[in-house]
Amino acid sequence: MTLLQCHIEGLGAIGPGFADAEEFRRLVEAGRVDPSAPTPVPPPVCLPAAERRRAGTSIKLALAAGLQALEGSGHDPATLPTVFASSGGDGDNCHIICEALASNDRQISPTRFHNSVHNAPSGYWGIALGATAPSTSLCAFDASFGAGLLEAMVQVAQSREPCLLIAYDVPYPFPLGRVRAIGGAMGLALALAPDATVRSHARLTVGLGEGPCTELGDPGLEAMRRSIPAGRGLPLLRALALSEPCRVTVDYLDPLSLELEVAPCR
Amino acid sequence: MVPILISAFTVTSSLGCGQESTFHALTNGECGLIPCRFETVALNTFVGEVAGVDRVVIPPGLSAFDCRNNRLALLGLTQDGFADAVRGAVGRFGTRRVGVFIGTSTSGMLETELAYRRRDPDSGALPADFDYGGTHNCFSAGAFVRAYFGIEGPAVVVSSACSSSAKVFGNAARMIQAGLIDAAVVGGVDSLCLTTLYGFNSLELLSPRPCRPFDARRDGISIGEAAAFALLQRTPDDAGSDALFLLGIGESSDAHHMSAPHPEGLGAKAAIGAALASAGLSPAQIGYVNLHGTGTRANDAAEALAVQAVFGNAVACSSTKGSTGHTLGAAGAVEAAISLLAIRHGFMPAGVNTGILERGFELDYVRSCRHARLEAVLSNSFGFGGSNCALVFGRP
Repeated sequence: MTLLQCHIEGLGAIGPGFADAEEFRRLVEAGRVDPSAPTPVPPPVCLPAAERRRAGTSIKLALAAGLQALEGSGHDPATLPTVFASSGGDGDNCHIICEALASNDRQISPTRFHNSVHNAPSGYWGIALGATAPSTSLCAFDASFGAGLLEAMVQVAQSREPCLLIAYDVPYPFPLGRVRAIGGAMGLALALAPDATVRSHARLTVGLGEGPCTELGDPGLEAMRRSIPAGRGLPLLRALALSEPCRVTVDYLDPLSLELEVAPCR
Repeated sequence: MVPILISAFTVTSSLGCGQESTFHALTNGECGLIPCRFETVALNTFVGEVAGVDRVVIPPGLSAFDCRNNRLALLGLTQDGFADAVRGAVGRFGTRRVGVFIGTSTSGMLETELAYRRRDPDSGALPADFDYGGTHNCFSAGAFVRAYFGIEGPAVVVSSACSSSAKVFGNAARMIQAGLIDAAVVGGVDSLCLTTLYGFNSLELLSPRPCRPFDARRDGISIGEAAAFALLQRTPDDAGSDALFLLGIGESSDAHHMSAPHPEGLGAKAAIGAALASAGLSPAQIGYVNLHGTGTRANDAAEALAVQAVFGNAVACSSTKGSTGHTLGAAGAVEAAISLLAIRHGFMPAGVNTGILERGFELDYVRSCRHARLEAVLSNSFGFGGSNCALVFGRP
């Protein structure tokens, strides 16, 4: 079996009740994870004023989570390749466009239209940070986190260069939220590097498998894992935040799953 | 990069279904664009609509995927013996050793647009027959292709606007090189919908006539729809002298603006340079460039600067969007297929509709079809968000 390996140098985590990986760790250790808590989405201060006004929740969330992981890694964002992964992108923006197109006045704003592309956070990331490196924007429905992780790992393995993975999801408003329930807003980001450095949190090994996914003992965490596509990465985030050596199995596309081994470096 | 064998490919657009009709339309300089009569759209523009998409029947058992985008995907998959080639690869390598990498910008968005017209008048709910995952979600076409062939390997949809289905060649190549898979179905499918028609209209980027890339009087794009696919596989020892290959891929980001290219084409130039470096080729070894060439003032000006910076005026080039329209998320795969046809048949398609080239564009722009043996062809795809991708195809 082909195994992919990298080292994790930075961690970004924003979700229901937590604003970063440290807050996530404290919630998990205290057993106080609450999947119904609001997600603290910070304003995108890295963006120029015009773009800041235009950014919706999904863009803000993706950028903020990515910045956290970037900071930990110490890499230059201009030259750091990025992989964005999301199941649905900006659901609020999509809803407003669909409402307008179903009305008698089909005019939609240019900003709404260019924000409707799935790679909008990637575009804003580039503008905010002068990031001219390659960037991709992926979707695999509920397997989006796994697909993003696999792509980022493959990139690191092939290029022997670092790569930043940013997985994010936000709930759709009604009525789309009725047919595609996403249980909360969450952004997870991992700065990956090919070799161990003083900044490395852990060594991560990933292979394709077919075992059942790791369920989380904490009912609040497990609810988030199941109800938010980006939350499929929570078993990995938990292991990294707690610096726990472990093997976890993460959701991917049926019949495959991703088998992960986390070996903390410190 | 290690060259990856392209063992089959196919393309369906407003020019026709499959390689043969596309080849003839291109060598005859045909234009597939017609005045927009699509759905209830009331816009003064031309579109490249694929005939017969509504008559395509999604097989029983896959009805959750029934939407214009997946019907167009199926129409495309069933041309040129492509589906048989995929089944052959699945049989040879195994269901888990074949991947699926599809690019799209709007997926089955049209279904959602139509469903919003049928919301329950009291509750506002969407109609019960609307299937979000099968149609609207970006992954829909990827899941559909995977299910249609019974493929169980890795899969993903890239949705980076108009570079989407160029970038999937990179995803597939990396996974093959990493040893996770032996073969991959790559491609792009995008279908006409109101979001893109009214969206580009809001940006004042729709031409009221068939688009004229690189023309001095160019005034915007014509939106098209298409499905194009390629079967990539690890290169065997006995590929043969006629075999076609993916030789290189280059990707970059503009980091400039969401919907306007870098004015000096820096991102485009970086992607072209990276593609040549990846292929291990010098600019002089490229025989023809299939330009992104959408027909907007800004896009063509930026691309002209990028191409001039790398090639000078020494390379023959043209945009085929005057024939197909801009097929958005499918454009990368469509133009990959056109590049492969160009190498196989030894021709350079004309950029149709283009009258007088913009003054200052120092390009060897192909105005009428040329015939010559081609060893390597470069294809450009650039999208919103400053997402750039260039591909190099060629012979061994």
